[in-house]
Amino acid sequence: MSYLELNDVSKNFGGEPVLKNINLSVEKGEFVAIVGFSGAGKTTLISLIAGLLKPTGGSIKLNDLEITGPGPDRGIVFQNYSLLPWLTVFENILLAVEAVNPNWAATKRREHAEKYIAMVKLTPARDKKPGELSGGMRQRVSVARALAMDPQILLLDEPLSALDALTRATLQDEISRIWSEDKKTVVLITNDPDEGILLADRIIPLAAGPGATLGPSFKVAIPRPRDRKAINHDAHFKQLRRDVVEFMLNSKSERHTAVTRKLVLPDIEPEDLNIPRSMTGWRKTPIRKNELKEESVEVKP
Amino acid sequence: MKPFKFDWLVLPLIGVAAVLILWQVSSASWAKDLPTPEKTWQTSRPYIVEPFAKRGEMDQGILRFTWYSLILVAKGYALALIIGTPIGFFLGLSKTFTKIFDPLIQVLRPVSPLAWLPLGLVLFTSAGKNASELGALFTIAVCSMWPTVMNTAVGVRAIPQDYLNVAKVLKLSRTKTLFKVLIPATLPYMFTGFRLSLGIAWLVIVAAEMLTGQPGVGGFLWQEYNSLIYEHIILCIVTIGVVGFILDRLMSLVEKKFKTA
Repeated sequence: MSYLELNDVSKNFGGEPVLKNINLSVEKGEFVAIVGFSGAGKTTLISLIAGLLKPTGGSIKLNDLEITGPGPDRGIVFQNYSLLPWLTVFENILLAVEAVNPNWAATKRREHAEKYIAMVKLTPARDKKPGELSGGMRQRVSVARALAMDPQILLLDEPLSALDALTRATLQDEISRIWSEDKKTVVLITNDPDEGILLADRIIPLAAGPGATLGPSFKVAIPRPRDRKAINHDAHFKQLRRDVVEFMLNSKSERHTAVTRKLVLPDIEPEDLNIPRSMTGWRKTPIRKNELKEESVEVKP
Repeated sequence: MKPFKFDWLVLPLIGVAAVLILWQVSSASWAKDLPTPEKTWQTSRPYIVEPFAKRGEMDQGILRFTWYSLILVAKGYALALIIGTPIGFFLGLSKTFTKIFDPLIQVLRPVSPLAWLPLGLVLFTSAGKNASELGALFTIAVCSMWPTVMNTAVGVRAIPQDYLNVAKVLKLSRTKTLFKVLIPATLPYMFTGFRLSLGIAWLVIVAAEMLTGQPGVGGFLWQEYNSLIYEHIILCIVTIGVVGFILDRLMSLVEKKFKTA
């Protein structure tokens, strides 16, 4: 029995499913990366695991317990940081610590919060508001807040996609360092295959949506600590990247959707003047039903 | 025009001078009953140079009258905020609550203070001597509440889903969510509402005092109209305007302080 288990999970928001047949099992202490196109349903997937959304079908189990709603046992780092702008860095983290450990003494909570601020190297900025911080610093606060909750599993929802390349590299190294320190179970969602391969034990591509499903999982057998410069020349790394990207591109080109749309075509017959005009002079329905024509269009990616 | 030294002072003075000239010309030509600016100043002098004098119930310094009015406004305004803010929160949080009360609010909102006051007086007839003050308070509260209600409701609805997600993931209790997330996120909107409400409360005070005959700027204005001392009407109008302006400035300072996010 694995630690996090998704069994035939599907999700639709009315209409076509966004995700279907999602099967995923993550072992305790494993770092799994899920790569996908933007719009493929990555955020939906992580929201399902976080419990912010309920799956339409299938089951999600963490530690053999069904996930029914959000909770502090799953620390989540949101794509857009989601820090509370009226609280300082310290207060943002303290709020999480207080929420998770209501029985702790005040001094213990403070020390705990300080510890995680130091872990992401933000002690000099501890009394600043998020608005005064750069994107990279905000994301570090967000990571510190998630870690300070001491969750059973850490969910990272494209944590670095809004950052510039240099900051992203620094933060990737930092996430890697923090992970190697306390070996939490991590699910990382990303749109960058390189990032996934660099950080994770296992990388799984998400096929293009709608109706996205997970592809085969690729084991990353590159010894840690991984050097981002040396790794570029690693044959295994290149092979992995090729495989992952190839799978994603293939999944996209397989999609040929026929879309039927209704058209109102001009009619050569004169308009029937016996039908009274609407007061507004504008109507949703055409004057004569036979003006409705249907057209089928093949949509290629 | 090029900006020059002291333009912030000189330019508004030009505007004031223009109005004074128009006033002078009007009172000299077509509006014979309108006192000239000079006569207005002469007659109003005792009320301005001794702003806190108390010579009788309806013969007091202008700032003393203003003070009475401000106290009444403060009470009514406080009442409006205490009632309006929670209503705004409920409207923002609950769709059902909105469906039940929104039509009612939209209908009551445009009703003039002059229409509410008689109802206020009727409501509190049992209070005897205090009836007119309670009626005035009721009117101020009912009229000035709406901007607070509407802005708070809009503010609550505009809270980004991210903040609510944070509250959900942390499993904050209802009270904690309210005080740590909902209220701070809504504060900027609430203060915009508070500021608009104060403006209306000050507008209503004059009408309320005129009709109840309470001592205050509005009461004084009405009494002087009845005794045909038109100079004092102008004095009252200027006072009401200046005080309203100052109140608005003060509120906008407070409002700016909360516009952090």
